Amino acid sequence: MTVRPSLAAVPPVAPSGAETVIDVRDLRMRYGAAEVLRGVTFSVRRGEVVALLGPNGVGKSTTIEILEGFRVRSAGAVAVLGADPARADRRWRAEVGVVLQSWADHGKWRVRELIDHLGAYYSPYPRQSASRPWDPDALLDLVGLAGLARQKLRRLTQGQRRRLDVAIGLVGRPRLLFLDEPTVGFDPRSRHDFHEMIRQLVEGEHITVVLATHDLAEAERLSHRILLLAGGRIIADGSAEQLSRRAGTAAEVRWTRDGQHFSASAPQPARFVHDLYAEFGAAVSDLEVHRATLEQTYLTLVRDWEAGATTGAGVFREEA
Amino acid sequence: MRTAFVPVRAGVRHGLIELRQLFFDSHHLVVTFISTGIFFAAMLFTRGLSVPGTGFSLGVAMLPGVLGMNIGVNGIATMAGTLAVDREDGTLLRARTVPGGVTGYLVSKVVALSCSLAVTAALTLAAGLVLFPELALHGWRTWLTLAAVLVLGLAATLPAGMAAGPVLPNSHSFGLVMFPLSALAAVSGIFYPITALPAWLRWVGEAFPLYWLGLGSRAALLPDRLAAAEVGGSWRYLTGVAVLVLWSVAGSLVAPALVRRMTMQESGSKLLSRRERAMQRVG
Repeated sequence: MTVRPSLAAVPPVAPSGAETVIDVRDLRMRYGAAEVLRGVTFSVRRGEVVALLGPNGVGKSTTIEILEGFRVRSAGAVAVLGADPARADRRWRAEVGVVLQSWADHGKWRVRELIDHLGAYYSPYPRQSASRPWDPDALLDLVGLAGLARQKLRRLTQGQRRRLDVAIGLVGRPRLLFLDEPTVGFDPRSRHDFHEMIRQLVEGEHITVVLATHDLAEAERLSHRILLLAGGRIIADGSAEQLSRRAGTAAEVRWTRDGQHFSASAPQPARFVHDLYAEFGAAVSDLEVHRATLEQTYLTLVRDWEAGATTGAGVFREEA
Repeated sequence: MRTAFVPVRAGVRHGLIELRQLFFDSHHLVVTFISTGIFFAAMLFTRGLSVPGTGFSLGVAMLPGVLGMNIGVNGIATMAGTLAVDREDGTLLRARTVPGGVTGYLVSKVVALSCSLAVTAALTLAAGLVLFPELALHGWRTWLTLAAVLVLGLAATLPAGMAAGPVLPNSHSFGLVMFPLSALAAVSGIFYPITALPAWLRWVGEAFPLYWLGLGSRAALLPDRLAAAEVGGSWRYLTGVAVLVLWSVAGSLVAPALVRRMTMQESGSKLLSRRERAMQRVG
């Protein structure tokens, strides 16, 4: 019997061997005396969705802003789509979509009017593979705003507004999309819909996405790879599963025996379950094995790092 | 060539769309109507007084002054205020994410503000001509002078407003621009001939565009014998043009660089922290 996993249940598979879209080497950023980034190194390949995770104030936004070309770095080498974002021209800008976390602009404009208008700026930079700018009606359809084409921006709900921001980020058909905390303040349903939209986009358009988020479930659901930033460095780089394995986070095993409920933390759950049955046999029922959540992994990695277990030299990195 | 022109054309279109929004914005219409109404009330109250040494109504002589002042004050203050607001709500940062977006943004502001000020000036003038038959029209000279006041006035003040915008700390500090402008209006001979002032104050007024915009409008709309009440007993056309051109050239050199620097310093995290502070002020 083959079991076909549902789309949403399985983490997306990272493309391998694709061209490098972002290449960051020893990136440093200091504000006055404070050094926020102390040598960040990573790269992103075409078609990948990479999540930037980390505690508050750790430099996630700074990193993204440097990649977007909105902030000038103190030191290090940065190449985004083959160019230095600090010196990027309009042609480069046309290839990059940016969705920030706090737009409130153009409140008096209507949804379709603004998309159509901003699209005009991209017309001098045609793409061979697809029409540029994106047709406004097709784009509104894609982000689920087709019914609100004539609505004024200031009348949109927060979720609708974010969808529009994504549509604007996409109107030039970028090869690279930056999402900064895209679902802060969303209710669960809007968050779910938003995630589905992003997944469809990545699969349908082969866009490379860099995502900064606090939401661990969001990172796990959307990204191929997670970069964990702490202390101005990347302390972990890999898929959620790889991170959990490397962090040595134990799985939780629950079962019932003689009408009593038990639970235990097991670093090697398969072995644990084997031993459990070897000892008690058929008396064991209602067995459940829960893999470590990204939250547990995250907390372990950050705690280990804070305890000095992971030094700058000991950064672990796993290739997909 | 075509590539360089695209953001300019998009900016013009952007400006015209915002102009249309302005005409349907009841708040904007009410504010414009009331502020213009107050000046008309002042003109009617002082209609019985006369400009010293001429016997001409002081109130009526105020109309051209107000016409010129509106262009000058709004050219600076509205432009500066718009930039401060657009920085706060993310409009400027949005412009940065689009290829050629900052150019388009600046063009759109110039188009929208120029057109709306021209319309306001035309309506003020029409109301003045109906209310005050004492105003004198000198044929083509009147219209040419008024056109020059409008065009040179915008050229001299819009860049000054653009340069002032980035200096404002936030959108609530509009008074930082409005206060010095009001003080300047007081020494610019808008409401009373500048000859009544001590010489050094007169020079302050003459150094800025406001005085020359008022003077130009008076030259266009008042009987020529009223020139006797002005400095040197003349409308001083050439000096006026020279001062306004000087301001436009200086402003055009300085302003784009200042705005560009302001947008360069904009980033998502700055926008967010400023928004949080603004919310705290409101809350």
